[in-house]
Amino acid sequence: MSDLVKRVEWTPLLFSVGLGCLLLPLFLALPFGNSPMVAGEMIQQAAQGVQGAVVDSVGAANLVTSVVLAYRGLDTLGELAILFAAATGAGMVLQSGSAALHQNTKMHKHIDSEINLGELFDSAATMLTPLLLLVGVYIILHGHLTPGGGFQGGVVVAVALFLPSWARNGGGQLSHKVISRIEGGAGASFIVIGLVALWQGDPFLTPWLAQGELGELFSAGTLPLLYLMVGLKVGAELAALLKYLAIDEQVQS
Amino acid sequence: MLGIILYSGAVALIVIGIAGLVRSTHLFRAVLALVIAESGANLLLMLAGFRLGGAVPIATEGSFPLAMVDPVPQAMVLTAIVIGVGIQALAIALLVRVKQRYGTLERSKVTAAMELELNK
Repeated sequence: MSDLVKRVEWTPLLFSVGLGCLLLPLFLALPFGNSPMVAGEMIQQAAQGVQGAVVDSVGAANLVTSVVLAYRGLDTLGELAILFAAATGAGMVLQSGSAALHQNTKMHKHIDSEINLGELFDSAATMLTPLLLLVGVYIILHGHLTPGGGFQGGVVVAVALFLPSWARNGGGQLSHKVISRIEGGAGASFIVIGLVALWQGDPFLTPWLAQGELGELFSAGTLPLLYLMVGLKVGAELAALLKYLAIDEQVQS
Repeated sequence: MLGIILYSGAVALIVIGIAGLVRSTHLFRAVLALVIAESGANLLLMLAGFRLGGAVPIATEGSFPLAMVDPVPQAMVLTAIVIGVGIQALAIALLVRVKQRYGTLERSKVTAAMELELNK
């Protein structure tokens, strides 16, 4: 028996060290700090206005955003689908058991409301929520100009949505109906914006509003709109996830 | 030389993460090891797009810098991080259920309990 345990412990170590020995030479073959960039070069030439660039410029000051939402917009849609699947899966896993325990929670509810996290915590949540919402929306809306965007800002928005209900020990601040409506509406709007491009005769998810001046808030066509939808969707999904985990913790305790 | 150090660091993170994933006896530590492996993979992608002397691929005051780092791996890592968060949330949700059902997160105990249930 002990022989078996020892063998089982050595095999994975051998495997992971072997994987490292395989990966390292592969990456060391890349010239460091000077690696070839094919797609990146095309995008940069288009952005810098070089004559004869292979792709069209999208007019976003942040090139990472133009890659995420314009050149690889379909990938981002797929990625949103993965995030949605993960959030739905976590919700299903956690909710299936808590339905049976729900009566338990109702019984404990009057006890729960007595467990207060304190005046300080409560007031801080009240004051921080609008501030966090503002910062989150700012990061989302400036995603095409500065580092940031829908994914990063969405996480801040999720915290802003979740904080009051957490500070009040699940005081029911976060309506599940509203959250799922925000999420569904944002996802549908993302696809509709892509479909309008299709209707205009361009490929799916091509930016179609006026490009405007580089570096202005209203520029880069539909990219800010798309990022707003991504931000709302990510924010709603993560807030729902946090809520599931928090409810579960209360049921357990 | 700098390249060798940085690439080895990123590959080492992946190796540590995978070794931890298969060797850890506690399931929550396995999730943490997965996070380490993920950050190693992200770091490798970022290093592949790094250029010496390259600036951030963001226009300042209406014009782009002449030498920029590759924006494509950065965009890929951006999405990879978000997917990583989703996977971690799903894994932790499963762990919560495992803990509720079997009362432990020790891998050997959970496996034994599961086998007992399967063979019933």
